[in-house]
Amino acid sequence: MSGVVEVGLGRRTRRGLAVWAWAVFAFLYVPIVVLVVFSFNASSRVNIWGGFSFQWYGEALRNDVITSAIRVSLIVALVSTVVSMVLGTAAALALDRYRFRGRRALDGTVYLPIVIPDITMAVMLLVFFAEAFKFIDSFGPRFTLGISTVALSHIAFNISFVCVVVRARLDQFDRTLEEAARDLYATGWQTFRRVTLPLIMPGVAAGGLLALTLSLDDVVISAFVSGPGSTTLPVYVFSSIRRGVTPELNAISTLMLTASIALVLGSLALQRRRASASQQTQIL
Amino acid sequence: MGPARRSSPTTGAAGEEAAALARRRQGMLLASPGALYLLIFFVVPLGLITVYSFATRTSTGRTSLSGWNVESYRAIGDDIIVGIIGRSAWLATLTTVLCVVVGYPFAYYIATRPRHVRAVLLVMVMIPFWTNALVRVFAIRFLLGSNGPASALSESLGFGTFRILFTPTAVTIGMVYSFLTFMVLPLYVALERMDWSLTEAARDLYASGAKAFWKVTLPLTRSGIVAGCVLVFVPSFGSYVVPDILGGAKTLLIGSYIARQFRDARNWPLGASLSVLLIVAMLVAVALNQRSGSGAEDRDRPRPRKWGRAPDEAEAAAVAS
Repeated sequence: MSGVVEVGLGRRTRRGLAVWAWAVFAFLYVPIVVLVVFSFNASSRVNIWGGFSFQWYGEALRNDVITSAIRVSLIVALVSTVVSMVLGTAAALALDRYRFRGRRALDGTVYLPIVIPDITMAVMLLVFFAEAFKFIDSFGPRFTLGISTVALSHIAFNISFVCVVVRARLDQFDRTLEEAARDLYATGWQTFRRVTLPLIMPGVAAGGLLALTLSLDDVVISAFVSGPGSTTLPVYVFSSIRRGVTPELNAISTLMLTASIALVLGSLALQRRRASASQQTQIL
Repeated sequence: MGPARRSSPTTGAAGEEAAALARRRQGMLLASPGALYLLIFFVVPLGLITVYSFATRTSTGRTSLSGWNVESYRAIGDDIIVGIIGRSAWLATLTTVLCVVVGYPFAYYIATRPRHVRAVLLVMVMIPFWTNALVRVFAIRFLLGSNGPASALSESLGFGTFRILFTPTAVTIGMVYSFLTFMVLPLYVALERMDWSLTEAARDLYASGAKAFWKVTLPLTRSGIVAGCVLVFVPSFGSYVVPDILGGAKTLLIGSYIARQFRDARNWPLGASLSVLLIVAMLVAVALNQRSGSGAEDRDRPRPRKWGRAPDEAEAAAVAS
């Protein structure tokens, strides 16, 4: 279906639709743009424009609490992305092409972390770590909430997202290519390494980018399973907002915004390579 | 789909059986790391929270895992909590309805553009969809604050400052802002896949534009609407960040209330039972959506079996031959 779809709307309706659509775009973009603009505000009063300045970026990046939070966020995001990419892709492959005991159970469970609200996942993991620590403590070593519990929690939800994205890709997979490889006497591993993996790689990469984004976005779960010193950037921003809006927060938010937009454009470029417009929405 | 097309050499029923067993083992091996991880870090926590919901809160705020009771479930019947649940349900419903009303014409507009325009507009929808959610809520907080840009603008125009922050209105705006794209994408997919010739046929048969829309277009995109409603309702019902940042004391919602039980109030059993309730409610919503034949159809419905996907079937055929 290409070209303008003629659906027999009156001219007034059509114009109304256009106005509506652009109003919605304005609604989506104006708050973000205003935030970004004011992050360059030289004035320390948040509502008065006092000229252009990078002052708040400098101030934010000199703040040790913030730089430490950025470091924690990046470590957690990288670790959870890599681990969930491997585990999620393996699970997706298994679910897509094998029958085994527990397959149905896994198939059902894998969607749950996506469906249930963040807050319930957060308290579940909090209770879990509390109990796990109690149990481990009885053997001697003492553990507390920290960067590792944050990473472990992020992997828990990221596996599911990677698995779903990779499965969507496997769905469109042309199995005759693997068959051809096998007919040409490739071993199972060679077929996987040379045929399957390259073909599903865009899906794996898209899943990884999604995992990275979700990990960098997460605030609720991190807030519950992080300890002192393992605050992630969103958790820091979240707790700061409660104390009030500062120009520094605008600057950090703009940095986070830039990171997520870079990730969106990255994943769109990845899909653009082969997908049509309708497939673009599919991975979501 | 018959066994004849299988590429693995067939060496009789015994070899076939051994191969099937090997495949089965291979599948298990491939799935087990992820499955084990989910078991430890998702299924066990899920079980624990359920156990906690039947536990007792001691006078010091600790949770005693003995003397099992349904006290915390009974507490949900408390007026305050019923009020909170009601308010959460109401705000989530309002958000969902607003998202349909705002999102449908929007998705309709995008879906009926020429292909190249459509692709650009879709990217413009994707960007806010993927953008850090916390930052977007913060942007609304910043914009609507009593000393924020919107207020300053209205003041300079002579309307005076406005106080919208920390009201249910602000929370609703924030939720619509946060979750609108969740509605728009499934609506867009439904509209884009629609067979417009059906609408045209209705028009040819002298249906008015409005009638063709209500009787043909809207019913045909029902699956997109239902999927969008679930995608918006579920996160807004359990939302914690949005009401926490934009709401005030009058907009205590269930998400914040659960968080409070685990932090300041230290009533873990109550928080646990509310979480269980929330999870069950979400699962019911999602199950209803799947039943109505939409949403997840692309991913977790039994798909038409492609060749080689069903060793069970091949096995059966091999035995039969």
